Amino acid sequence: MKLMTCPVNGPRLISEFVYAGELRPAPDPATSDDDTWADYVFNRSGVAGIKHEWWCHSPSGVWFIAERDTATDVIMRTFLYRAPGAAE
Amino acid sequence: MFAAHAQLRPSYDVVIIGAGGHGLASAYYLARDHGIRNIAVLDKGYLGGGNTGRNTTIIRSNYLTAEGVKFYDESVRLWKDLAQDFDLNLFYSTRGHFTLAHTDAAMRTMRWRAEVNKHFGVQSEAIDAQAVADALPMMDLSCGGRAPVLGALYHAPGAIARHDAVAWGYGRGADRRGVEIHQQTAVRSIELEDRGSGPSVVGVVTDRGRISTRKVLCAVAGATPQLLAMVGLKSPIYVHPLQAMVSEPLKPWLDPIIVSGSLHVYVSQTARGELVMGASLDPYELHSTRSTFDFAESLSMHMLEMFPFLSDVKIVRQWAGLADMTPDFAPIMGTTPVRGFYLDSGWGTWGFKATPVCGKTMSYTVASDANHPLIEGFGLDRFRRYALTGEKGAAAVGH
Repeated sequence: MKLMTCPVNGPRLISEFVYAGELRPAPDPATSDDDTWADYVFNRSGVAGIKHEWWCHSPSGVWFIAERDTATDVIMRTFLYRAPGAAE
Repeated sequence: MFAAHAQLRPSYDVVIIGAGGHGLASAYYLARDHGIRNIAVLDKGYLGGGNTGRNTTIIRSNYLTAEGVKFYDESVRLWKDLAQDFDLNLFYSTRGHFTLAHTDAAMRTMRWRAEVNKHFGVQSEAIDAQAVADALPMMDLSCGGRAPVLGALYHAPGAIARHDAVAWGYGRGADRRGVEIHQQTAVRSIELEDRGSGPSVVGVVTDRGRISTRKVLCAVAGATPQLLAMVGLKSPIYVHPLQAMVSEPLKPWLDPIIVSGSLHVYVSQTARGELVMGASLDPYELHSTRSTFDFAESLSMHMLEMFPFLSDVKIVRQWAGLADMTPDFAPIMGTTPVRGFYLDSGWGTWGFKATPVCGKTMSYTVASDANHPLIEGFGLDRFRRYALTGEKGAAAVGH
């Protein structure tokens, strides 16, 4: 079976992981208009490419980011999420 | 069976991208019913080589929403005399379709679907476990003791057909009426102009030259996001692979089509005896038709829970298609904000059964530049309006 590397638990079977979609910046709900919010809720970048995605290692509950090519299924790297502007 | 054309003409009235069932059916009805014959159907691969040739061929109309039931019922009606229409044997075979319920919640959905179906004149009924036992004596109703069957939605018109023949029939019918089918022709870009009233289509650039046209129909399943990017449109479509497999041929033993949402199985037996089996979508985005052992292993396990006597039967082929999924499990069809660019997309895992009615409604839509009444619930703008057509209860797993 295909393996994925959890940043905390190391390489595990891909069946232990849950995919949760592309990492996308959310617009501010207080200031965005209906069209902007609908675009965020529904629209996706469906074209194949190298994307940053949310994944979860389900037995341990670790959420992290995977950089993955959605055309070839090659996983470039995985790392824990750090919010923009967070301290090093 | 089809004329080969050495060159593209400099212009066509309509360019259809995608020579699968939906694209060819649209070309066929445009030529036959609307008198538009100056059409090119382009395909980057070969005719019927996409999801038309990769699905599990189940035809049914037992959907959940009013929009869905009316639409798919019209499709089933069209299917029935299609072989006559084409003078080609489609092996259309009415089998009856059982969607098994293993939980109280599933039974409730079956009753709901049965009532919606009956309201629109579609033959569906919720049946109890004894009726399932009487109809399906070949099945272990306890499903290995893990997921006992409580009842089912029985849909008598459920059918299967030979998928390749559908593409050939529509393709040949279109070809004979003057439509040009250009295989091995990839679209590089779509040319737009904007004279102040919004963008409109003026041409298509392919790897075999440029074509002038005012109308483009996009019927490309998993490649839809790429084509939408060419015309600057956004959509909720996301692409996951859907895998399927077949067994070695067996003597006929399974007449009906059996679906289990809980066990992630749908299965039917073809005219030549193979069991055609499918399950649910692959769990993450991927634009590749690769096969996985995990899929064959888990689907086989669930098949054996239902039919333990199949333990010696071999799997002989396995494949995948690229499903263009939508958030509400209904398609995205019709006109778009780009004038002359029409969509027949979002067909995810439920498109084969809709082939005839998609051809009918999209040919009308392209010819008259206005959405056919049957597809009004399927427009791209429904998401912006938060007016979804929630079909997941009838479209997911149970194809």
